Amino acid sequence: MASVEQGKQAIMLSKKHKAGLLNFLSAQGILVFFLICMFAFSLFSEQFLSQSNIMTVVRQASIIGIIAVGVTVVIIGGNLDLSVGSMLSFSTVLVVDLHDKIGPAGAIILMFVLTLLIGAVNGFLIGFMRLNSLIVTLAMLSAIQGLVLIYSGGQNVDIANQSDTWFAFFGRGYVLGIAVPVILFAVLAIIVQVVMSYTSYGRRIFAVGGNPAAAVYSGIRKNWCVFSTYLISAFCVACAALVLGSRVMGSQNNVGQGYELLVLAGIILGGTSLLGGAGSIWKTVIGVLILGFIQNGLLLLGYPYYTQWLVTWVIIILAVWLDLANKRKRLFTTHS
Amino acid sequence: MSTATMSRNPRHAADSSSPVLSLIDITKKFPGVVALNKVSFDVRAGEVHALLGENGAGKSTLMKVLAGKHQPNGGKIILAGEEKSFENPKQAKKSGIVLIHQEQSLVPEMSVAENIFLGSLPLKWGNRVDWKKLHADSSEILKRLKCTFSSRDMVSNLSIAKKQMVEIARALVFTPRIVVFDEPTASLTDHEKPVLYDIIRNLQDQGVGIVYISHRMDEIFHLSQRISVLRDGEYNGTLNTANTSEDEVTKLMIGRTLELDHASKPDEFGEKMLELRHLSVEGVFEDVSFSVRKGEIVGMYGLVGAGRSEVAETIFGLRQPSAGELLLEGRVETIRSSHDAVVKGIALVPEDRKDQGLILGMNCRDNMTLSALGSVSSMGFMKTGEEKVVYDKYQQAMKIKTPSWRQKVGNLSGGNQQKIVIGKWLHTHPKLLILDEPTRGIDVGSKAEIHALIKELARSGYAVLVISSEMPEVLGVSNRIIAMYDGRVTAEFDGDAVSEDKLVQAITGQYVTDASGPEPAASA
Repeated sequence: MASVEQGKQAIMLSKKHKAGLLNFLSAQGILVFFLICMFAFSLFSEQFLSQSNIMTVVRQASIIGIIAVGVTVVIIGGNLDLSVGSMLSFSTVLVVDLHDKIGPAGAIILMFVLTLLIGAVNGFLIGFMRLNSLIVTLAMLSAIQGLVLIYSGGQNVDIANQSDTWFAFFGRGYVLGIAVPVILFAVLAIIVQVVMSYTSYGRRIFAVGGNPAAAVYSGIRKNWCVFSTYLISAFCVACAALVLGSRVMGSQNNVGQGYELLVLAGIILGGTSLLGGAGSIWKTVIGVLILGFIQNGLLLLGYPYYTQWLVTWVIIILAVWLDLANKRKRLFTTHS
Repeated sequence: MSTATMSRNPRHAADSSSPVLSLIDITKKFPGVVALNKVSFDVRAGEVHALLGENGAGKSTLMKVLAGKHQPNGGKIILAGEEKSFENPKQAKKSGIVLIHQEQSLVPEMSVAENIFLGSLPLKWGNRVDWKKLHADSSEILKRLKCTFSSRDMVSNLSIAKKQMVEIARALVFTPRIVVFDEPTASLTDHEKPVLYDIIRNLQDQGVGIVYISHRMDEIFHLSQRISVLRDGEYNGTLNTANTSEDEVTKLMIGRTLELDHASKPDEFGEKMLELRHLSVEGVFEDVSFSVRKGEIVGMYGLVGAGRSEVAETIFGLRQPSAGELLLEGRVETIRSSHDAVVKGIALVPEDRKDQGLILGMNCRDNMTLSALGSVSSMGFMKTGEEKVVYDKYQQAMKIKTPSWRQKVGNLSGGNQQKIVIGKWLHTHPKLLILDEPTRGIDVGSKAEIHALIKELARSGYAVLVISSEMPEVLGVSNRIIAMYDGRVTAEFDGDAVSEDKLVQAITGQYVTDASGPEPAASA
């Protein structure tokens, strides 16, 4: 009897591994697609695969990437954050404007505090008041943009003495030949990935996103968990604002407009489910990079920037469709 | 099938030679699991063939293969001498195979007639619904089923039993050759069951083959001519109902005789672990007082909606009382949240395993440690090695059957899922364990194991509160029984010296005692 049982288990396990390999390959579908795109672009543009171009793309993608790291945590926890676009405008305008008024150190600290405060408002409304995250953050998207306009009086802001400040380090600096924004992106991604995969906090967030009721019935403080994800998201936005403000040394008052969709695009393209309880930072990093290279490739091929929007979303819908088709083993649904 | 045993039941002995439907060597694999391994099963015209097995044995999968919802990886389906392969449920239905679901699939906001003919509404002038014909045909079917309601009634206004009738009526639209009943009596009351039995006999007389799936032995012995048993996805034999016994069937089902359930109740009690004094939650329950001692099992019995789960949720900090006191080990406590409850040594195995007990997309190990993450981490970092040790401990102690700890809990059978929930709570080392419907939807084998486990836990010092709607369960495990009716405790009984009559009266509000008094006495 025992040997039969063992045999059965062995069959189950080997099947599982086989399925695991298949899953692994299908999970890499987006990577394969990425490589094909890279190859296609490189045929049409010699610059595309040059080191300087790649570095440029990664550097440009790092702002979206930094925000996407935070939003991925919110999504794993079962919510959405659409307010990151205006939050980026708010934080960038704030840090740039305060730079000349109270000095770079004070400006950075105050900007982080106020950004985290906005995150806390999101977190309070969604975590403790249990309001719908889509509605709250959509409202905050408009509200914060209004706040920026009130603060700036509709004027764009800039830093007067651009060559003479250590503030430039965050957006323009290099360490060991690598751009600081890229380093910041990488460090944040690694830290958050480690937190999500290897800590009890990460486990709780996955549980809350996977089944909020069961998480509560397991003694997990769901409200605090949800609240905390919005603080992480806000912290990441503040980091992105630091990079953006430092790189431009000035800011339009709607500089972050549309970032919320780009961030979502990167996350979806990476393959993190919007339903919560699943996903990873690595996926988001890959998704954001693919997005960056596609946009760069289109530019190099001479298409105007607005075609990027069309192409990006066509690709995302295609990616989601192929993913679903892979799950149900056919391209089209049957009526049943 | 090779064992063409003759039915001794005089009704349909004539038909018993040739099966109208044969499933031969059906194999169905899912990623990681062989759900059916070369299972054969046949049904003769006019016969009730019962299909039995524990949860996860493969009954539902076999029926889904038959109904075209799953495509088998191997084997043949032969219907009336013809080999068939169904790519979808519609094809199976057209061939006369009808499945009556355990979970009802009616559209509540439509009339009975529309539901009966859903997907095949009679039309006139090309694309208009022929309402006259629809209601005439529906009434005809309802008359055959001796239904008292009209085809124009809204489904949402019908009782659960009547809805079940609509499901059956739906099956009769196509002239069925095979009808599969999957736990048809789960939602029927005792006086509604005979109507169903009549319908089944009626179908038999018309030569329809019936597959009857149920956990209830009395029904199976009452209705069926033959009984087939599945175990762990394999065919385990067919018995003639007329010359077998419940014991023989149970043994075939779980591979051993059932004796765990006769373990004695705990008998050594310590001090009061939990005491409720006139606890109320406004509009939900009122003036609830009782206590649970260490080492004691207290059963809470009542109808659905009597407020039992709500009392449990209040003890567990998910609801805040509007009046009254809650004492733990003699001290008045306020339980502010479920987290607070866990810290104070209270565990709740909730009523709804899938929605409240488990994160279905998470693996077995992660679910097991979810309520005590602090015990398997240091400085916030998970110690996966220790997690595995914890998982192995409970997996072995409770004989949880999974191919690996990596298996998602959503893929386990109900009994194994419930054991994971219980394991999760044992690992928090609680002092008070509350189990809300601990064996709902669980097969006999696992049920007996869980009952034995509950008694063992109490004997080792846990205070246990078991909420159940099943009388045998409450009587079988409880030292004391609290009866609830309409948000109030109506009586308290000694678990070994209570008649079923009194218990039933107490939960229907006809028998009320002063719950605080030791001697139950009728006040009516």
